[in-house]
Amino acid sequence: MSTLSINVEAENTALASHDDHAHEHHDTSGDTVFGFWLYLMTDCLLFASFFATYAVLFMNTVGGVSGKDIFELDFVAVETAALLISSITFGFAMICAQGQKKALTLMWLAITFCLGATFIGMEIYEFTHLIEHGNGPQGSAFLSSFFALVGLHGLHVTAGLIWMAIMMIEVARRGLGKPTVTRLMCLSLFWHFLDIVWICVFTVVYLMGVM
Amino acid sequence: MSFLGKLSLDAIPYHEPILVFTMAAIAIGGLVLFTLITKYKKWGVLWRDWITSVDHKRLGIMYIFVALVMLFRGFSDAIMMRTQLALATSGAPGILPPEHYDQIFTAHGVIMIIFMAMPFMIGLMNIILPLQIGARDVAFPFLNNLSFWLTASGAILINISLVFGEFAKTGWVAYPPLSELTFSPGVGVDYYIWALQISGLGTLLTAVNFLVTVFKMRAPGMTLMKMPIFTWTCTWANILIAASFPILTAVLTMLTLDRYLGFHFFTNDGGGNAMMYINLFWAWGHPEVYILVLPAFGIFSEIISTFTSKRLFGYTSMIYASGAISILGFIVWLHHFFTMGSSANVNAFFGVMTMVIAVPTGVKLFNWLFTIYRGRLQMTVPVMWTLGFMVTFTVGGMTGVLLAIPGADYVLHNSLFLIAHFHNTIIGGAVFGYLAGFSFWFPKAMGFKLNVRWGKAAFWFWIVGFFVAFMPLYVLGFLGMTRRLNHTNNPDWNIWLYIAAGGAVLIMFGIICQVVQLYVSFRDREALDDETGDPWNGHTLEWATSSPPQAYNFAEIPEVHDIDAWTDMKEKGQVYQSKASYEPIHMPKNTAAGVLMGLTLTIFCFAMIWHVWWLAIVGLVGAIAVFIKRCYSNDVDYYVQPEEVLATENAFNLSGSAKNNSKGIKA
Repeated sequence: MSTLSINVEAENTALASHDDHAHEHHDTSGDTVFGFWLYLMTDCLLFASFFATYAVLFMNTVGGVSGKDIFELDFVAVETAALLISSITFGFAMICAQGQKKALTLMWLAITFCLGATFIGMEIYEFTHLIEHGNGPQGSAFLSSFFALVGLHGLHVTAGLIWMAIMMIEVARRGLGKPTVTRLMCLSLFWHFLDIVWICVFTVVYLMGVM
Repeated sequence: MSFLGKLSLDAIPYHEPILVFTMAAIAIGGLVLFTLITKYKKWGVLWRDWITSVDHKRLGIMYIFVALVMLFRGFSDAIMMRTQLALATSGAPGILPPEHYDQIFTAHGVIMIIFMAMPFMIGLMNIILPLQIGARDVAFPFLNNLSFWLTASGAILINISLVFGEFAKTGWVAYPPLSELTFSPGVGVDYYIWALQISGLGTLLTAVNFLVTVFKMRAPGMTLMKMPIFTWTCTWANILIAASFPILTAVLTMLTLDRYLGFHFFTNDGGGNAMMYINLFWAWGHPEVYILVLPAFGIFSEIISTFTSKRLFGYTSMIYASGAISILGFIVWLHHFFTMGSSANVNAFFGVMTMVIAVPTGVKLFNWLFTIYRGRLQMTVPVMWTLGFMVTFTVGGMTGVLLAIPGADYVLHNSLFLIAHFHNTIIGGAVFGYLAGFSFWFPKAMGFKLNVRWGKAAFWFWIVGFFVAFMPLYVLGFLGMTRRLNHTNNPDWNIWLYIAAGGAVLIMFGIICQVVQLYVSFRDREALDDETGDPWNGHTLEWATSSPPQAYNFAEIPEVHDIDAWTDMKEKGQVYQSKASYEPIHMPKNTAAGVLMGLTLTIFCFAMIWHVWWLAIVGLVGAIAVFIKRCYSNDVDYYVQPEEVLATENAFNLSGSAKNNSKGIKA
């Protein structure tokens, strides 16, 4: 939920931006994006802590499964592709939003949403599959840190999807006013950020895991 | 699992006389407060002007109020501990059974760091920082209100643990495996986790908020290297918060997963690694002490420069020294556990890095000394705290360098020498700093000055009490007494334990003097009135406003040409002048969303602590709903009309220039 906290200010500060008095120089919607970017940097450190913990604990399998035994690269490759493409489609949505094309923005957001939902759906399938085979997070420190790291990313993507749904309603009802575009901008930063984090997850957890 | 989870009537510790007494006191106090507010019909004022306020100055005052309340709570814990240790010598059991005593020392640490020092620091920053940079508010006013209520939620949770259940018995660091479910099956550690988690989130949001404020909202002409020094040290502290608090969030989340869902991050079995917790904890915990002390350094700098009537010596080196401390603060965490058994090279690296921190700190001390040199230092209460700090903190710093030697640390680790060391730096550094800032900026926030006599009495009780209470702990450390002992049986230690208890009583007198000081000052507020808004002939922009400042701070944003912007304006005779007309001023509206989110999240955390899952869902969904509603609200701002601005400004400038003319300052 803190994920969305900064964004709430988009509305207030953007409202202030129509204020054209000589002494009000600073662009407040820029403040919002900067603030959100700062928040993302703190989020990055949250992920870094989970990565560090995974790096320390991934060999502690206590005789149970290791990454080599449970990761299916083909499956994860499709998952990864869905998320990476969703970043491109969000980019298209932003271009349309800057150009005030409401219908096209909504279409690209919907496509992005579907790709994100595919990613989350596949991750949930992977998790339930592992748990059904007795490889749940309670199995070993390796599994604990794996579920926590990948799950943390999944929770972020889920929050992003909820946010995206709300943004689609907002765009549909209020159009592409300045506050709305500022918020889309924040969500866009968030979405691309999660993409970069996933590339690290894919590399460190999955690729290095099956090596 | 029952409808109320683990919660039942047995959770109320009515068999502990001390706790029953405390609960009765809280109940009676609460009832009196409730009656008084109702009688004087102040509920509306409380709601409109304080609880829902997004004004950074009011939020700052509320932070400091929380800090003072928690100081009383934390100090009560301290005096109980010292009493227990003075009584439980030579094999006597004392007054506090171990399971209660363990909760007290844990609560003392958590409260003093997280709920006393942090809110005090953030409160002062809230009141002063936007004024110093010539801004009308912070970048995200609603977020500021939300941050306050998240901090308050954490404080409320800790106090709820007095009445329902227990608090952690693990020490304030909550190291696993002791803090794991196996060894701490009660709700104490859960209170610890959720109170820290929610207040940590508030602190993180504050840091983001103030960083944007500082980088984007400075008055025209104020380059980064013209920012007041307190703003600079706060900015370094905010960078540290943004870079370290996520680690705390992460490590607490992992502990939560271990305790609630059977994960194996830090458990003894399943391949868990308790040292991972300890590393992550201190990767947050060490920067945290610099978060506490850097703003205090800024306060001392402002005070020394103001009361010597000189520009601060070495302004630029002060900024770089703060930066060096901030960066070095991130690469010393391992000195908290040299005994982990890393290789000699690893320990040597962290030992040397720790000692290196003494260099930028030394730079700062010399800068203060050189500012005093050939200045005319006025012996005001803030200056006394500053001088007291310089002596006390230097002692604490030197014992820190001693502890930084890994070989010595193997002997002193976990002993009372360590306890003496960090109290020496945190009380002597951070707390003295906040108390100095409190008396320095009190007139700015409240509109009247504090009584000097009682302020000086408080200072002398505090500093003498401090040395009497903590110097014996150094000796006890060398005599081999470890921390967190409930009772002792070594006749050599007794005399030092008695002296330390006496010191705590002296500090108690200091706190009583401060309460009396507040009462006396409030009673004599007409005589102590600060009409000019500039009672100390200050240097920076906070003194350009009335005391207390208008909601909009500045009728017109000032132009800055100098580090000491206000001094510069006074010298050029550009002060206390009303304009013929003003522009309307755009301001944020109050909102109940922050307090409602605080409330729903408190319910969420409380329900999580007691495993009342349905209530947890209600709390969380409620918080998200309030948040989304707030996002979609358009009714968030208003304009102060020019006529109103003109009337207020005229009134203030008349009194300001009249006062200053009589003092012979060109206006």
